[in-house]
Amino acid sequence: MTGGDTSSMPTIAEAGEETFAAAEANGAPAVSLEGVHKSFGDLEVLRGIDLSVAPHEVICLIGSSGSGKSTLLRCVNLLEPINRGRILLWGHDVTSPGVDENAVRRHIGIVFQSFNLFPHMTVLRNITLGPIRVLGVSRAEAEDCARALLERFGLSEKQNDYPDRLSGGQQQRVAIVRALAMQPGIMLLDEVTSALDPELVGEVLGVIGELASAGMTMLIATHEMSFARDIADRVCFLDEGVILEQGPPKQVFTSPVNLRTQQFLRRIVDAGRL
Amino acid sequence: MRGSREGAYLDGQTLLAAGAPPPGSLGGSGKGSRLLGGKRAATVSTASTVVFIGVVVVLFVFAPGAAAVRHTFFNPQQMWQAFRGDPRLGLFSVGKGLILNVEMFLIAEVLILIWALVIAVLRQLRNPVLFPFRMLAVFYTDVFRGVPLIIVIFAIGFGAPALYLRVISTQSDFVYGIAALVLSYSAYVAEVYRAGINSVHQSQVAAARSLGLSQWKSLRFVVLPQALRTVIPPLLNDFISLQKDTALVSTLGAVIEANRAAQIDSSTLFVYSSYTVAALLFLCITIPLARFTDHLIARDVGRRMAGGGAIR
Repeated sequence: MTGGDTSSMPTIAEAGEETFAAAEANGAPAVSLEGVHKSFGDLEVLRGIDLSVAPHEVICLIGSSGSGKSTLLRCVNLLEPINRGRILLWGHDVTSPGVDENAVRRHIGIVFQSFNLFPHMTVLRNITLGPIRVLGVSRAEAEDCARALLERFGLSEKQNDYPDRLSGGQQQRVAIVRALAMQPGIMLLDEVTSALDPELVGEVLGVIGELASAGMTMLIATHEMSFARDIADRVCFLDEGVILEQGPPKQVFTSPVNLRTQQFLRRIVDAGRL
Repeated sequence: MRGSREGAYLDGQTLLAAGAPPPGSLGGSGKGSRLLGGKRAATVSTASTVVFIGVVVVLFVFAPGAAAVRHTFFNPQQMWQAFRGDPRLGLFSVGKGLILNVEMFLIAEVLILIWALVIAVLRQLRNPVLFPFRMLAVFYTDVFRGVPLIIVIFAIGFGAPALYLRVISTQSDFVYGIAALVLSYSAYVAEVYRAGINSVHQSQVAAARSLGLSQWKSLRFVVLPQALRTVIPPLLNDFISLQKDTALVSTLGAVIEANRAAQIDSSTLFVYSSYTVAALLFLCITIPLARFTDHLIARDVGRRMAGGGAIR
């Protein structure tokens, strides 16, 4: 499953905290994309993405709708197979044939725009499903862990509710807790506030901010520019499937070099979003 | 023109003020009755029902052959005798036959629910190792949905014993009947399941898979529980027709249910009242099932209208 130079390392299936730490000591990036191409039929959505995410780094992907942000995240999580290039997680090529995608995914947390909670399960069951059925953790232990996480994010009293009883903001926070319960090495956030009423955005961004300060490695696709400016270590501007510009938020937001980035940011400023 | 409308309007007002008028008086009040939309609808539907029943009764009572029909199909004494059966005359009880019918139906139903689910799930799994099974499942549903149930019953009921195999060829007609029902109905029910599975949004699968759940576990813990809720009303619908079709097993010559008893009654006495008994007994089962299905559908619609969309 792992080729040549990485054969001495544990496979991604066995990876745990130690592997993440070992990879970090090696200086291996948490995620690295090398010349990733992705097409849906004739539509080329990603046209050669090179990106490397260091451990504990928070990267925000910005760009207009259809620029490929979501697709990029879905490719990292192997929800979409890529056409060309490769993706490495902690130094392991996860796009080579024969990789156990379920084993890869358990180390990657993803949160979707539309929450995607399981409507037939209580909040607690939503959170414990993965740990119990994938990690093989006992129910008692999984529930203890879930309750601790709910407590931390102020959702304790919602644990026995079904998702439809929750506000959008609460649902999205539960979705984040559900991903965290798998103890992932990286979190992918796909426009997690886009489906929320404006007054509910703050509580979700607060949770993400807390994760960032706890050192979680994150790759965040977002339209919230002021949030990106505050939280990101690095901002990448995607346009038509390529990263046109990247750098520290201060640099990208205040003195963008690329013309397209300038145009995009001007539109955002004009719309009063920055 | 204007004047006449005004008049009609006033007319209606007077009618309203006078309280509920006898239905007959509304007919003469012309446009004024438009004001009484709700009451008028009730009146019309009542009248239409009365007229309809009247026509049916007239046809039944005054038709040239009415007396003969009543004697043949609605002879109370014969109906009672058919229901109880009469061993001395070698008559089978339609009532007892129905109990056997219900037994078959219940056993077949449980087996169908399980077998159809296996087929539906096989069709759904994309694991390359399971490819031949997936093809078999497709073939199975195609064949058994295409072949009439009566032919499946003949094929199994007469074919299986002819094989002279140790276990397969020595079963009773009761067992062959159930086997045929299960084989045929499972093909339909598998398709109902499949529609339910496909009705669960793809984002639910993405959420499950992203947690690291395998395809099978996603199906088992996330998709199927949601799918099964949505297919309960159509499944009940299929079981209403299964309950009736159980009667077709009588063609095997098994003396096991209502229709068979009816056949013997009619062939010895040339009276078909036993068929009427059988039909009425079937209705006693299928009508409550149908109302229960309606109830479930209404509840489902109500829930969706409430905006919750919660499936529990």
